[in-house]
Amino acid sequence: MAVLERAYKRYEGALSPEWSRFLIIPRHAFRDVFRSKIFTGLYALSFAVPLLFAVLIYLRHNPVALTIFQLNVVNLLPIDEKFFLAFVQIQGWTGFFLALLVGPHQVARDLTNNGLPLYLCRPFSRSEYVVGKMSIVTLLLSTITWVPGLILFLLQSYLEGWSWFAANIPIASAIFLGSLVWIVLLALLTQTISAWVKWRLAASAALIGLVFIPSVFAAILNEMLETHWGNILSIGALITNVWSGLFGTFVRQAAAARQIRNGVVIREVLMTEPPLWASWFVLFLISAFCLWLLSRKVKAYEVVK
Amino acid sequence: MATVVPATNSQVNDSAGVISLDNLSVTFGGRPILRNLQGELRGRSIGLLGPNGAGKTTLIHTLLGFHQPSSGTARIFGSDIRGEANKIKRLIGYMPERDAFISKMSCIHFVRFMAELSGLPAATALERAHEALFFVGLGEARYRNVETFSLGMKQLAKLAQAVVHGPRLIFLDEPTNGLDPPARQRMIRMIREIRDSGQANIVLSSHLLRDVEECCEEIVILKDGRLVVYCNLEEERKANKKFLMLETRGELQQFVEGVGALGCECALTSDHRLKIILQDGTEIRDLYRLAASSQVQIRRLTYKRDSLEDIFLKAMENGNVGPLTQ
Repeated sequence: MAVLERAYKRYEGALSPEWSRFLIIPRHAFRDVFRSKIFTGLYALSFAVPLLFAVLIYLRHNPVALTIFQLNVVNLLPIDEKFFLAFVQIQGWTGFFLALLVGPHQVARDLTNNGLPLYLCRPFSRSEYVVGKMSIVTLLLSTITWVPGLILFLLQSYLEGWSWFAANIPIASAIFLGSLVWIVLLALLTQTISAWVKWRLAASAALIGLVFIPSVFAAILNEMLETHWGNILSIGALITNVWSGLFGTFVRQAAAARQIRNGVVIREVLMTEPPLWASWFVLFLISAFCLWLLSRKVKAYEVVK
Repeated sequence: MATVVPATNSQVNDSAGVISLDNLSVTFGGRPILRNLQGELRGRSIGLLGPNGAGKTTLIHTLLGFHQPSSGTARIFGSDIRGEANKIKRLIGYMPERDAFISKMSCIHFVRFMAELSGLPAATALERAHEALFFVGLGEARYRNVETFSLGMKQLAKLAQAVVHGPRLIFLDEPTNGLDPPARQRMIRMIREIRDSGQANIVLSSHLLRDVEECCEEIVILKDGRLVVYCNLEEERKANKKFLMLETRGELQQFVEGVGALGCECALTSDHRLKIILQDGTEIRDLYRLAASSQVQIRRLTYKRDSLEDIFLKAMENGNVGPLTQ
């Protein structure tokens, strides 16, 4: 085919490798996503915390700067697993809000206008479609979570020395794995909601509801039953436990409810968190359920029985 | 992006038919939609006809791999739809019946995106997207969002995405739906251009007989999920040249006897009208000579042929499975 000739011509040229075709979806999606100035602004803002953490690491290793700013090294945060856990938590929740802006319309826009058959009539499978759509959120959030997290880790290792790096390798893996679990969960949730709720605002509201409303119920249950097992309902609490587990800061007996009368403890209840495996298991169940829901919707045509 | 995979058109089995149906059946929720379809289609353009609900779209969807056959199978260029779906999908383009596009995308972006999904490298995809849009006549509107298009323009955009990657076989599902007469003519002309280019085979599904008649060489008529008629229109047209309708003036007795003596079958349909089936070796000029010697005027001579409408109506009345007979 040629613009001037305007005649049909078969394509006989080279083709792109099949394994890489799912990446076409995020590449085109980012083009649209970054067209929004609000989103671009928020995305740029999400690098403020990594920058702040980098400054903290740098200051801790620079006596001259500490002298100039009249700071004592003990006043600064210790650079340990808690430091990086805080980073992962802050960036993880920042990522949630970015996913809220990007995710909920990705599948809906294809379903609304019967676009799916156009994907699936090509050498492009349903799994590649789902992976492609999920990689929009995954790639985007990776750039603000584990990628800067590992850069901070390397910066700290560079300044502290090889022995610190060798001793703290588990922190690096916790940064990567913890962020990845959260990102994949968010990607699955956003795509599933997007597949079932076509209206973008409603989809965003559904995502917020899904993450925060169960947390309220969990808090009520915890209060009523004097336990922390209610956290099993809260995605926020579950991921916090998983993160803590990965960074080695997880404590099951988080708090004790005490009833004191006349200065005497008359009742004390140990509030135990669900075990770590339970948190992992529930997150796995949520992910599996999302995949099942996605598989029901991501079809070229629905057969009405 | 590195492009290391050679195009797959060379992997096509050219000796195989375009579409081979091998007892293909499809059932949805216990209800048979396609029943034991059997046949081999080899034409450059194949028309899929049938009333609404006959199973035309289901057949296309099954060939595209959207539905699994409940029994039997089909082959496209020799590749089985059950086990070689990806290989088949590399060779085909599909224009769906319903509106199909991605919202908030300009037409050029949409067509380019589809070309990339078909495996074209990004730069080539963009180039061919421009070409495809000029080819279908949307060159001037290619930077507009598809959702702002009229129905006719959306049909053209769908055609563009179906041909942008230069497939070997193009499925067109009701391509003239909702088009006004000039737009319909343009669409038909483009389909014929693709057919005549010899670069791609076409499967055209429609319930509009005229569209199929104008574009297709072979037709398959479906009724209640069964293949009731297979007809090679080109062959029929050639064969029909032997069937003549004559309108005459004068005494016909001698002329009819003369026609019989030439070895042709002849039937009087009214006082002045004759149906004649020419035998091999008999020419029309022999009839004129005979008419002159019998003092008969031939006022009109037409080739009598069944229109596609006749074929279709017969198929709907009889519902017989098998090839079309005169």
